[in-house]
Amino acid sequence: MNFEFSASAMEIGTEARKVLEGRKALAGARQVLNGAAAYDSELWSLVAGLGWQGAALPESDGGWGGNHEALCLIAQEIGRSGAALPFSSSVYCAIPAIQHYGNEAQKKKYLPDLASGKTIGTFCLSEGRGDPQHAQVEAIVVNGLLSGTKWPVPDGTIADLGIVVAKDKNHGGLGLYLVRLDGQSVARKRLDCIDPTREIAHVEFNETPAERLGDASSAAPAMNDLLDRVAVMLAFEQIGGAQACLDMAVEYARNRYAFGRPIGSLQAIKHKLADIYVAIELARSNAYFAAWALSNDAPELAIAAATARVSATDAFHLAAKENIQTHGGFGVTWDADCHLYLRRSEWLALVVGSRRSWKARIMSELTKHPEYVAD
Amino acid sequence: MDFDDSPAEAKFRKEVRAFLEANAIPKSQVQSRYTRAYPSDDMVQRACDWQKAKADNGFAAILWPRRWGGREGKPIEQVIYNQEESRYDVPRGVFEITLGMCMPTMLAYASEKDLLQHVPSALQGREIWCQLFSEPSAGSDLAGLRTRARREGDRWIINGQKIWTSRANIADFGLLLTRTDSTVPKHAGLTAFFLDMKSPGVEVRPIKQVSGDYNFNEVFFTEVSIPDSQRLGEVGKGWQVAMTTLSHERLTVGEIVGPNFADFFQLCTIPDNNGKRPVDDPAIREKLAELHVLTSGIRYTRYRVMTALSRGGNPGPEASIAKVVNACKLQEIAALALDLYGPAGMVMNPELTPMSGWFQQAYLYAPGKRIGGGTDEIMRNVIAERVLGLPADHRADKGVSFDKIPVAPPR
Repeated sequence: MNFEFSASAMEIGTEARKVLEGRKALAGARQVLNGAAAYDSELWSLVAGLGWQGAALPESDGGWGGNHEALCLIAQEIGRSGAALPFSSSVYCAIPAIQHYGNEAQKKKYLPDLASGKTIGTFCLSEGRGDPQHAQVEAIVVNGLLSGTKWPVPDGTIADLGIVVAKDKNHGGLGLYLVRLDGQSVARKRLDCIDPTREIAHVEFNETPAERLGDASSAAPAMNDLLDRVAVMLAFEQIGGAQACLDMAVEYARNRYAFGRPIGSLQAIKHKLADIYVAIELARSNAYFAAWALSNDAPELAIAAATARVSATDAFHLAAKENIQTHGGFGVTWDADCHLYLRRSEWLALVVGSRRSWKARIMSELTKHPEYVAD
Repeated sequence: MDFDDSPAEAKFRKEVRAFLEANAIPKSQVQSRYTRAYPSDDMVQRACDWQKAKADNGFAAILWPRRWGGREGKPIEQVIYNQEESRYDVPRGVFEITLGMCMPTMLAYASEKDLLQHVPSALQGREIWCQLFSEPSAGSDLAGLRTRARREGDRWIINGQKIWTSRANIADFGLLLTRTDSTVPKHAGLTAFFLDMKSPGVEVRPIKQVSGDYNFNEVFFTEVSIPDSQRLGEVGKGWQVAMTTLSHERLTVGEIVGPNFADFFQLCTIPDNNGKRPVDDPAIREKLAELHVLTSGIRYTRYRVMTALSRGGNPGPEASIAKVVNACKLQEIAALALDLYGPAGMVMNPELTPMSGWFQQAYLYAPGKRIGGGTDEIMRNVIAERVLGLPADHRADKGVSFDKIPVAPPR
């Protein structure tokens, strides 16, 4: 049994943690919260210099020949740090979309700049209310020109390049399209977000040039497959965030005295924090399995990703809200860092679809594959 | 990352499989899987026979020293054995306490002569032991126990009562924790012994539980005489002996016998009288998804623990996770199962109930699973204090001599 990350991946994770702590990533996020910037662009350049964006890409595509294990642990550290980076949009969504569904010319053209952080990418799927898995897509491409409205688009005004889901007038069905977001025919507006440190935007395309991902004749990729890949990475970010909340709460409970004793000695606090620990460890174990499935292109990816996603979403939600509760009144002030994680937990919980939609995915997998139903 | 055994582990697993194939019947070939929480007493003989077979083939005490019949194996080998054995219909629940808790304590504290007399017999399935620790007023607060041991020459006279003693009704010997000094703080006044359960003055009364089962007993001691040679550890050092015993419990708890997630999922596919299957109901589907997440989390946590063991580590308090989660999960599954078919969920007649009333039984014994082997609350204290490093709770009896500790509200 060797159900643990490789030593080299763990070393990269430890290094990532040091970098983010040294750079005070959360202070950077607070600048973004206060409206000073759209994201922490200095940190983005710094981590690009370290090659994080290309961690899972082969050297031929501009990456450093790393693997998914290393990227999972980088994701965990980004989650822990609370950094305000468009990392998930560019690295978990845009890069794998091109890597898996793009043709050779497209990979050559786009991946090196995404890997170096020079280009920021994102995924444009939702068109208003509803889960992306069942999105009623109205955006349409006619003779290579895209028209339609997408919202919420994560990092929509920050990104240069969109992977857009749209109907294809000529082929019928849905396709993925590469679209420059910085042109005149794209109207972008930042929306007020529950987590202002991670942007969401309203994006209108008006006969915007769009290049079909893959060959013109290739079938529409399975949207669920791409979302599964994204969900695995997000789960690690969520676990990192949950761990940060638990660490904050434990630290506070050890040092805050009331009734002549540390509040962490009270079982009402202690048991709450023990429950968070259990939720995080279960989520971590589920995420490990998903990391294994991703790294090995295993057929179990769908069930593993959905399980990891639900588990990590629940753990971060629990940790974020109970961290505030442990901090008492101080926890609900703007100055305490607790709310940064409460906001982030909900951003990450919703960005690729609701908890319900992922539970439904679990059930559809369990029904399709009775062998997955096991204790 | 992979799920493969190391070459040495694979070789060991092959040996285990060969032994099990030759000596036991796979669960899949047994008619009813719907067993109660513990085997009934008429299975004791079967358990003894199975114990002997394991001992004869070197699987009875994988971690023990060779000279006591063990194979000086690694914890990961014990886990591999348990994993393989769990697929077979073999009698469980009789020798776990004897070999998992009592004998390791004896090996740490008993004399050579006593070890020669008891260890081989226990290993061979000829001797059953019980653990006489808990008392009516000392459960989670074990060090508050009140059973007295009074010294008379080279003997000790025992008076008092123990409770929740599994297998006391069939045990030949018992590991006993007593109070020998009430004038010092509670942990400092304890002394441990072992005794013959047929000693005059020992009376065992089975306790009837909510489920109708009799898994535990009360044990009464009236002027029971024990030679000083059966004392374990020094006088006043009984707490250290008890800690040795309980540290071995970690390897044995956490797995809960009873209907699991897969069984519940199967139940949900059985249609009601209108032909409707619970598994098609959105409310049930959401619950099933949540239970799957929990079940999967526990499975892969076990794999992580196995990985740590495989690399030579020891099981830590992290094992408390499985205990906390599994007991509550069983209770939830049982309650959901009863709810599936409306009023018929109340019916316990096996012939009228899907899976022979298995879930109804589980509903009644699940509450006990959240208490035995460390209550949910104590397990959470363990996680909070030993894993998260939170400070211990304030103790009103700290440093107070035992006879001054309050036991009831002041009048």
